[in-house]
Amino acid sequence: MNWRIFLETMPEGDATWWQMLASGLGWTLACAATAWIIALAAGTSIGIARTGTSRAASRVAATYVELFRNIPLIIQFFLWYFVLPELCPPLKRWVVQADPAAVQFLAATLCLGLFTSARIAEQVRAGIESLGRGQRQAARAMGLNEAQCYRHVLLPVTFRVIMPPLTSELMNLVKNTAVAYSIGLAELFFRTREMGEITFRYFEAFAAATLAYMVIALAANRAMRFIERRIAVPGVAGTARSAH
Amino acid sequence: MNDLDLDVITRALPWLAQGLQYTVQLTCVAALGGTVLGTLLALARLSPRPIVAGLAASYVNLMRSVPLLLVIFWFYFLVPLGLQWLTSAENPPRVGAERSAYVTFILFEAAYFCEIVRAGIASVGAGQQAAARALGLDQAQVLVHVILPQAFRNMLPVLLTQAIILFQDVSLVSLLNVTDFVGAAGKIAQRDGRVVEMYLFVALVYLVLCSMTSALVRRWQRTHSIGQHPETAR
Repeated sequence: MNWRIFLETMPEGDATWWQMLASGLGWTLACAATAWIIALAAGTSIGIARTGTSRAASRVAATYVELFRNIPLIIQFFLWYFVLPELCPPLKRWVVQADPAAVQFLAATLCLGLFTSARIAEQVRAGIESLGRGQRQAARAMGLNEAQCYRHVLLPVTFRVIMPPLTSELMNLVKNTAVAYSIGLAELFFRTREMGEITFRYFEAFAAATLAYMVIALAANRAMRFIERRIAVPGVAGTARSAH
Repeated sequence: MNDLDLDVITRALPWLAQGLQYTVQLTCVAALGGTVLGTLLALARLSPRPIVAGLAASYVNLMRSVPLLLVIFWFYFLVPLGLQWLTSAENPPRVGAERSAYVTFILFEAAYFCEIVRAGIASVGAGQQAAARALGLDQAQVLVHVILPQAFRNMLPVLLTQAIILFQDVSLVSLLNVTDFVGAAGKIAQRDGRVVEMYLFVALVYLVLCSMTSALVRRWQRTHSIGQHPETAR
């Protein structure tokens, strides 16, 4: 084993290997953060549609969830990156002349964001359903319309209830960014393989990546726990859980 | 856009079927092996000996905090080295990604199945344990005849749901150039330049298979559930 390898420079260019892995880590974090925003926005909307009064919207939302949950993530990456431009000529024209890294990043964040949104939608739906009909009926009886009912009554409680599953979804999202390697995004896993292939120091490269993923998972977990405690309302279901 | 050439799919069907067979085979072996190993891990985590419980917990947490893709590549390197150490051969044997994937998925899924089994065991009331002990059964008998049968019944839907996720996750081995269902389609897609048809077809097959099996699981759950079932999220 030779841990010094991280301080050696790459064959081309003057960056060292650890700097290259760090740049991969940067892409991983940027990709996960952007996808998380897309996933929260889309997932909440779909979760609301799933539980709202409109039958048609509920159907559409259910189909959306089924679609994104029942196709393997790697195939979803291929569909966004390879198939969609072929089916949409204007998009193809843009892709051909655009910066490949930008296209890969866009495809990866959209793919991961929507994939994760279907899972968040299910959590939001389960959370809203766990509140019971009384909350909704009381809100409507007080004169709130459906939008106000969600905004001021259902969602604030739901998000507090579903913080633990949301935490594991965020950690899943970070892990899933590694699959973006399949479309060539230069994220952490891509860089790890590249380093292994060029230096034959597979063990060192993979150990460093494993450590990095573990640290991010831990950090994401702690950050979500922190938010969970900050937003906790004493006496509200799901927030009395002690942190461990 | 070129017209869709559905012929390319018909011609590739035997090859795709072979890939799908490998995918299903790997899924079944990993689900069964993962359940057995996962049950042992769950029992270890519930062990009164802190060292055993701690080791099992660290293994589970390690596996669950790193991406599956990373684990797949780790085992691809490590399985031949491990076999060399076990057999004390001079050179690491050539294992190949197809076969190392079996080891990978059993060991990886065991961590996830462990958490499901642990929740399943927790879902069986403490009174059952006390009553069984009072009847004179020893700890092993309590486990085998009283706790585990009820636990498995409670967690079957979750186990099956995890198996469906596993069925999808197996597709990642295609990145090691293994000819699973996705790998088979990818090879045709590249050879014939028919990316659109092949990947849409693969997506459709997964969609149909997974929606059908999850619908069956949900139906079974409605008709067979006794009391509440453990919730585990991945």
